[in-house]
Amino acid sequence: MLWGRTSALVATLALAALAAAGCGGSSGDKGPTDVKWYVFKEPGGAFDAAAAKCSKESNGKYQVKVVALPTDSDQQRELVARRLAAEDKDIDIIGMDVNWTAEFAEAKWIVPWTGPNQQAAEKGTIPALLASAQYKGQTWVAPFTTNTQLLFYHKDVVKGPPPQTWDEMIQQAQKIGGDKGKIVVQGRRYEGLVVWFNTLVASAGGEIVDKDGNTKLGPPAEKAAQIMHDVATKAGTPSISNEKEDTGKDTFKAGDLAFMVNYPFVYADIAKDKKALANLGVARYPSVTPGQPSHVTFGGINLGVSKFSKHQSLAFEAAKCLLQPENQIVASEKGGLAPTQESLYDTPRIKKAFPFADIMQATLKDGVARPVLPTYSDVSLAIQDALHPPGSIDPVGSIKTLVENLKKAKEGKLF
Amino acid sequence: MSTEAVTADTRQTAQKPKKGLSDRARSERRTAWMLCAPAVIVMLLVTGYPIIYAVYLSLQKFDLRFPDDKEFVGLSNYVDVLTSTTWWTDVFNTVVITVGSVGIELVLGMLIALVMHRAIFGRGAVRTAVLIPYGIITVVASFAWLYAFQKTSGFVPALLGQNQDFFTTREGSFLVIILTEVWKTTPFMALLLLAGLALVPDELLEAAKVDGASAWQRFWRITVPLMRPAILVAVLFRTLDAFRVFDSVFIMTRGANKTETVSILGYNELITRLNLGVGSAVSVLIFICVIIIAVVFVKGLGASTAQQTGDT
Repeated sequence: MLWGRTSALVATLALAALAAAGCGGSSGDKGPTDVKWYVFKEPGGAFDAAAAKCSKESNGKYQVKVVALPTDSDQQRELVARRLAAEDKDIDIIGMDVNWTAEFAEAKWIVPWTGPNQQAAEKGTIPALLASAQYKGQTWVAPFTTNTQLLFYHKDVVKGPPPQTWDEMIQQAQKIGGDKGKIVVQGRRYEGLVVWFNTLVASAGGEIVDKDGNTKLGPPAEKAAQIMHDVATKAGTPSISNEKEDTGKDTFKAGDLAFMVNYPFVYADIAKDKKALANLGVARYPSVTPGQPSHVTFGGINLGVSKFSKHQSLAFEAAKCLLQPENQIVASEKGGLAPTQESLYDTPRIKKAFPFADIMQATLKDGVARPVLPTYSDVSLAIQDALHPPGSIDPVGSIKTLVENLKKAKEGKLF
Repeated sequence: MSTEAVTADTRQTAQKPKKGLSDRARSERRTAWMLCAPAVIVMLLVTGYPIIYAVYLSLQKFDLRFPDDKEFVGLSNYVDVLTSTTWWTDVFNTVVITVGSVGIELVLGMLIALVMHRAIFGRGAVRTAVLIPYGIITVVASFAWLYAFQKTSGFVPALLGQNQDFFTTREGSFLVIILTEVWKTTPFMALLLLAGLALVPDELLEAAKVDGASAWQRFWRITVPLMRPAILVAVLFRTLDAFRVFDSVFIMTRGANKTETVSILGYNELITRLNLGVGSAVSVLIFICVIIIAVVFVKGLGASTAQQTGDT
């Protein structure tokens, strides 16, 4: 009896203490409001620096708190999408991969940038990048960082100027021959394969689907599939069908291989070794048609504001602050994430972070988005299903399979 | 062996107090129910509700990305899944992994169980050492095997003088996935079989030895038949587990090179495509497959034990 009474008393006290603590936490109206920014974990600390800077500049109005997401883009999307589908009020700003825009907009998980917000999102941004920010005539996100692929080559293996087209590159690689005459590409069954295909189709003058979701493909897609097949069978590494960005970089480095298409992060890694750096050539991504520029798929992070946020106007204010040039420069310096503001490419700090900034800028200007569709993840899976492994691609047959896959995906069916 | 007698016994003891149910017994029973109730309710909530909800979702056209397009479509999601080649390819892949891994595990597990059974000194140490792989999280184990077999990071291709990456072919991928499963869960199999070995009386084996039976005959004619129930339970547990294989495939290939299993398909539909209707239909079908496997095994198990008791 005595024990029962004491324990009840303890429980009551504990509850009271909890309630008091809870009240103290939420009713602190003097302190700044927390604005939660869900974005991938950037190991260089660039996002934390931007958050701290904006919190300080708000003069106690808000405090941007970074909530780290996984580094893998698919996992980020799965985590955020599930939370938003459950109307999670904790999310204010989302660092969204460029290919989520249509999906999040269609599901009404984010609110559009309108009026002065829209102006802030678009002003000074490289125009091509806005393709991934707009859907059904509205601007849903603001481009924050971007990324694009370049051609890397080893100068001691590739003697002479780098190739202008993929066909030329395959010929050069075959001419070099042996273990070194190889092209490293992202041939694993994942998003990287889709990026490769999307770039090739766009560079061949086509598109996978148009703005209304109608499947296009056709001869440019068959040409793209042909190139993928040729690379795999004539100049691919033995592990081409399992190669990702990071494993590809290691294969390229370790084997002193001729060519690799990859993101700029490779440069920072190789630059640690002076001798290797002197041997590294960087050029623009090869095109498909001679004389025509390549249209390379761009990546990067856009900022979106959650519909379920409790402080939407503050979230927009904070997001606009995060977009500012200084934060973009720091993101380049600390995280190797390229800026979306066009004028920044002429600044010394960006030129120092990316010695090939002019090549990047030119590539980004001709950049192409992946299909801006709410069902993008279906399209991505359909491409991975039809075009993997690259060595077994039959240009006409595989594209036919892809057309069927996309048709089934549109109907919400299994493929 | 006398299962029927045992159940009859318990039935009697269970019925006995009902006749002269004293107040004390009644209140004790009520307390017992009340003590059980939270667990029962929680179990119903965490298993019953999701299952029913999944069945409900599988009858809908429901895509999280188009929340307004929700409608009841009857069995059409099931028709869609069952008429697609993807589902049947995935079922085949899953069966390959299941049969391959459970088969090897059974043989290896039996060997390890025999070793553990016979170990004279250091029994505890041997058993603990054998159990270590089972204590490692599947994802971690999968990464370890992935890195070991991958061309860029692994030592295995170099050791075998292999120039081909294991993960670029279907056979290679299956091989590594099955090996990972075997490495990870053989200890579980061995432990269950060890329990079965304890059921075999030493006198029988000794008598057979005196009669001149060889070691193989003693194992095959005495040990195996006597531990058949234990073997069936072990194989059943592992088969149910292996049929739902997800982690190792997800980490190593993500279903590339035609190694996609039914669980990966369910994941792709539910989590990646956010297509709750078709995804739930896939999940329910996996659930049905698991039930079928369980029923077949339990029927087999029941029949064999009945036969056994009839024989002896």
